[in-house]
Amino acid sequence: MSVDVPGRPPTDPAPHPLPDPSDPGHERALLRPLDGVRPGLVIGTLVSGALAALLVVCWGYQIRNDLGVTGLGRPNFWGLYIATFVFWIGISHAGTLISAILRVTGAEWRRPVTRCAEAITVFALCIGGLFPIIHLGRPWLFYYILPLPNERLLWPNFRSPLVWDVLAITTYLTGSVLYLLLPLIPDFAILRDRAGARRAGSLKARLYGVAALGWRGTPRQWHALEQGIRVMAVIIIPVAVSVHTAVSWDFAMALQPMWHSTIFGPYFVAGAIYSGIAMLLVTMFALRHGLGLQRYLDERVFNNLGLLFLAMSMIWAYFTFAEHLTVWYGNETAEMAVYDARVSGKFAPFFWSMLVLNVAVPLAVLGFRRGRRPLPAALVGVGVIAGMWLERFVIVVGSLSLPRLDYTIGSYTPSWVEIGVIAGSFGLFGLLYFLFLQVAPIVSIWEVREGEMRAPLSDAGRARPSLSSVAEES
Amino acid sequence: MRWGMVIDTDICTGCEACVVACHAENNIQTVGEEEAANGRAMHWLRIERHYEGMFPDVRVRFVPVLCQHCGEAPCEPVCPTYATYHTDDGLNAMVYSRCIGTRYCANNCPYTVRFFDWHAGEWPEPLDRQLNPDVSPRPAGVMEKCTFCVQRIQDGRDQAEQEEREVRDGEIQPACAQSCPAQAIVFGDLDDPDSRVARRARSNRAYRLLEDLGTQPAVVYLRGEDWGGEGDGPAGPSPEASGDDEP
Repeated sequence: MSVDVPGRPPTDPAPHPLPDPSDPGHERALLRPLDGVRPGLVIGTLVSGALAALLVVCWGYQIRNDLGVTGLGRPNFWGLYIATFVFWIGISHAGTLISAILRVTGAEWRRPVTRCAEAITVFALCIGGLFPIIHLGRPWLFYYILPLPNERLLWPNFRSPLVWDVLAITTYLTGSVLYLLLPLIPDFAILRDRAGARRAGSLKARLYGVAALGWRGTPRQWHALEQGIRVMAVIIIPVAVSVHTAVSWDFAMALQPMWHSTIFGPYFVAGAIYSGIAMLLVTMFALRHGLGLQRYLDERVFNNLGLLFLAMSMIWAYFTFAEHLTVWYGNETAEMAVYDARVSGKFAPFFWSMLVLNVAVPLAVLGFRRGRRPLPAALVGVGVIAGMWLERFVIVVGSLSLPRLDYTIGSYTPSWVEIGVIAGSFGLFGLLYFLFLQVAPIVSIWEVREGEMRAPLSDAGRARPSLSSVAEES
Repeated sequence: MRWGMVIDTDICTGCEACVVACHAENNIQTVGEEEAANGRAMHWLRIERHYEGMFPDVRVRFVPVLCQHCGEAPCEPVCPTYATYHTDDGLNAMVYSRCIGTRYCANNCPYTVRFFDWHAGEWPEPLDRQLNPDVSPRPAGVMEKCTFCVQRIQDGRDQAEQEEREVRDGEIQPACAQSCPAQAIVFGDLDDPDSRVARRARSNRAYRLLEDLGTQPAVVYLRGEDWGGEGDGPAGPSPEASGDDEP
């Protein structure tokens, strides 16, 4: 029973793309970007490639001419690089929420979204992982931070939160790559067979053949795959929580006023999931219109994600309020200096913009069903991406500029090198994503097919559509 | 043995001879006016100027601030490569060759006494002749800070060992203590109850910077005369009378 009201997202009971009789296996729609050379994707690749080249140029200049080319100085020893590092690691929590948590809870509407979210995670992690190296004084010695056995019997200092960062991020990256590649196997097999059917033994067929790891779709292989995915989905959730907790502890473990706060662990994890959904909404909107995927990234998906987005906004707002209320009430001198700078001082424009973009706008727009449509949701997402970056900036630079011994207060103006590197990092993200789009289907073909097959089962006895289906099996 | 320092802010004149001596002894680079305006001056020892009292009874108190060589140094646990660690004789030591420049230690120092080499120092001829051969100039990208003139400490200990005796109190003087015309800076072994530093540290004029943080600094400041009024003086007791047991 479906009640379709004009102007509202569809409420049909099957949370799956409406079947298209001319494309029963979804292959034509979802594999179109991979056929031939599409000018839109090529242009996108080249433009983001150019921006990524800016990253390389600026970073190279910085390595050659020392960190003095940045705008950093005492007491602002950390600045835009660390803020952007935390930002990118936060973005990487998109995939985990959508893929893992929704998979584990059996929410069927996640099917078209999982792969584009997992891709965001992997690429955001790669880029986020670059920034700790970029901000080093001697980046060519970054391997000192790794636990590599050496003849001097030197180990890294495992008591340092930076080492926890390294361990957490590499674990998360490994897990996320696995979690992206596992569900890709059947789709690579489809691509292998297609390429092989067009021209037997072609390079494309052989490369996809290697990637497909000999997938033949036997029941045994399906069982192994589903086991693997299920295990990864469960494991990746605590790993993701630990990653952003460890990153937040770079600040919380330090004595700086308004850094040394016990709330940072959960605060940053919530913020990360929040910014991850924002990036996902923006990416989905671009994919929907750029690749004509309206049937898959449809209004229902945007509505559900929009509700999650709104929930995360409220959670983030709660944590922010709790942190600021306790600081203000405690009235401790060093902390109040930072607080005042945020609320009414030098950082006020950034702080209040952050609150408007992260709380006021999402509440006003996403609180209504019309606001949870693709375009408004994506616009709010852009605002939240900016707002969450501002949050990192306010936390990092705001506290550092006001040290306890106020004789050494100092201001910070980022240089063109830092801005170039950060802009370039967005270019690198775009480049990786555009390349990925031309190599693999961004919507998981077999998962959509599987959902279609299961729809009659999962709808049995359901009178009204629900937002997410209850898990019938583990 | 725990190296420590006592600085008497009642007699410091703010002449900054100690700052210059520190630069000369430790091959500290001069960054220039523009960089200094950007907060990149490398004064391992700085003189903080605090105004006390209200007009017309304003006084200025000069407080030399340097690495406090904290017993519970917050900079040490956060260095990912163990480039900064605590020695057995109470020094917070720096290993330049191990530092990869994450600058976490600088962020966690509540006294803001750590410095980063944003550029490598340059000493074009003939300035290179002023370099102290006992101290390595730092490359770009590493942290540096006051070492209590560890090269002098090492020299003094080697000398004493060669002569098969203990280090005498007052024998080892960092450059700042040596150059102070008012003798406001005294250096020695805090664990030796008869040393000058230990006796001065027991004074009831003694206080430590940011004592409530629990960093256990090895630098003790003396401040006795209450020069009156609010003003932004450093936190510390200002007793009425100084009936203490030191000269």
